[in-house]
Amino acid sequence: MKKTLLVLEFTRFVITVGIALLIGYIFLLFSTDKPYEAFKLFLTGPLTTQRRFFEFLNNSVPLMMTGLALSLVFQAKVFNIGAEGQLFFGAFGAMLFALNFPQVSWLHLIMTLIGSALFGSIWAFVPAFLRTKWKASELVSSLMMNYISYFLVLFLVNNYFRDKSAGALVSYRFPQTAWLSVITKYRLNSGLFIAVLLSILMGLLIYRTKWGYQIRVIGVNKKFGLYSGMRTMSIMFWVQILSGAVAGLAGGIELTAMYRRFVWQSLPGYGFDGIIVAILARNNPFLVIPSALFIAYLRIGANIMGRTTGVAPEIVIVLQSLMILLITAEALLEKFKQKAIAKEAMKGE
Amino acid sequence: MSDFLNPAFWYSVIRVSTPILFGVLAALLSSITGTINIGIEGMMLMSAFWGTIVASFAQNPWIGLLAGVASSIILAVILAYFHLKLKTDLVIGGVALNLLSSGLTVFLLYAITGDKGSSASLRSFTIPRVDIPLVKEIPFVGKILSGHNALTYIAILSVFVVNYLVKKTPLGIRMRSVGENPDAAVSVGISVNRMKFLSLILSGILAGFGGAFLSMGYVSWFARDMTAGRGFISIAAQALGGNSALFGAFGALLFGIAEAAGITLQSLRIPSEITNMLPFVLTIVVLVIYARSKIRSHSRIQEQ
Repeated sequence: MKKTLLVLEFTRFVITVGIALLIGYIFLLFSTDKPYEAFKLFLTGPLTTQRRFFEFLNNSVPLMMTGLALSLVFQAKVFNIGAEGQLFFGAFGAMLFALNFPQVSWLHLIMTLIGSALFGSIWAFVPAFLRTKWKASELVSSLMMNYISYFLVLFLVNNYFRDKSAGALVSYRFPQTAWLSVITKYRLNSGLFIAVLLSILMGLLIYRTKWGYQIRVIGVNKKFGLYSGMRTMSIMFWVQILSGAVAGLAGGIELTAMYRRFVWQSLPGYGFDGIIVAILARNNPFLVIPSALFIAYLRIGANIMGRTTGVAPEIVIVLQSLMILLITAEALLEKFKQKAIAKEAMKGE
Repeated sequence: MSDFLNPAFWYSVIRVSTPILFGVLAALLSSITGTINIGIEGMMLMSAFWGTIVASFAQNPWIGLLAGVASSIILAVILAYFHLKLKTDLVIGGVALNLLSSGLTVFLLYAITGDKGSSASLRSFTIPRVDIPLVKEIPFVGKILSGHNALTYIAILSVFVVNYLVKKTPLGIRMRSVGENPDAAVSVGISVNRMKFLSLILSGILAGFGGAFLSMGYVSWFARDMTAGRGFISIAAQALGGNSALFGAFGALLFGIAEAAGITLQSLRIPSEITNMLPFVLTIVVLVIYARSKIRSHSRIQEQ
């Protein structure tokens, strides 16, 4: 029974990706003279050179973290999709700690990363508090917080932390003790290990602890949770705080490993990509790992295609949104699912 | 302070309120059947894009407007089909549409103009401005009310049309009954799915007008992600007005004042990052006020 459902889930995934890629190909037909070459680059690009392969791995790190953050809140059916703003504010927090904390090796880096998680959860606190205290829609408020985060951080960084000797609008460089190391000459972000470890930990939290069980129950049926004595409001509040910490940490890791300054002048978009990562993983933290790798692969494939053929890589966002629609289409393949369940029931008699 | 007594300020309030006004009506028409349209942002963006592009190729802004609204309707049909037929979650479906629009418009913009930022290289066509004959002559008020884009007047007219549709017509009553109690609606022979479908389509039409205004009235070009949260702001403004299009319009005006005040404050050397934040902060404040008033009326009912 479980096996049949698993096969169906997999079939759904294959159909979804198939349809999305087909539509992507149709778009390429209209926008370039060499659609086949472009498509081939898109699909195999990240594997063609070592540098590109590491680029793909590095891209998966923030996606894994934001996907993880969103899968936590989605588990509780809370639509706090402010991961983008939380990541941005978390990155700002990392910058504050990196520039101001005494330069003690290890401790400095750890405090910087904790700082980013702290700032991320501060940003998640607002929608979480408004939701649990006054029932204000966390969806709208978290989206507004994304814009506020963007303008506020940009204002603070550009006015108070700007390195005027640098050529571009960036903050002062972080001291070396706040650097997260990069491995090999291709600069593999060691945050990848943190992201994978955190995904596994969160998976255990969701599927192996009482608190995780409560989160899942609330996601399926909030009233049932309430009537069976769970403190639903408190759980919904804390899961958002936790999610904010993970999203903030994503910003901290990205800055301390890849840039070593605050470099963003626009929202990097990882928070929104995290939505598809979480949905593709069916909100399962364990599955967030392969899901983030998959999306990062498509992302980098599209970038490589864009660099070589002049097709805008934004096409991949279109494919992602189509995949979101198809994956969450509950009624798709529903007939087969019903049949499988009925068949199983007959067997039992 | 004198800036706020200037008719030019209030003229700009009406101007910047227009897209939000359309958005509020779009949010209202979708939420009365209980299917809140999160995709308004994306529908506006899509319409803004196709509006400019088609207007530029057809050399006619009205054909552009038509194309823009049509593209928004197509998105509404996609959302309705996925939500009602394939049971995609409404919120996630809406978020997906917003992403779709954001990606597709940049992709196509680059394919058509070779520029990822804006459509400035294309010849632009805008919906004309209209002077109202008698009102124009009135001092002060005339300067505020006359000389707006034709779409602004369509927006104001739409407020009354939508209000009438929702409050007085059988169709509006049916739609509301679906939103308030679907089981009761079914029991008197109303097709819930048909009403929800219709309300999403109507929502798409109004969002389309709002988007077309942005690129063919507010400014005369398309820029990537130019809706900048107006769809979500509209949803919050509509929540403020409840089921009333008239109160919703006041909500839109409130956001218009915040945005126009932000622009005015910038001339007083207040950093643009801070003034740009105003409408978004206001949205959250409004959301809280609305939610609190709802809780209070709830507890009052329970006390009785």
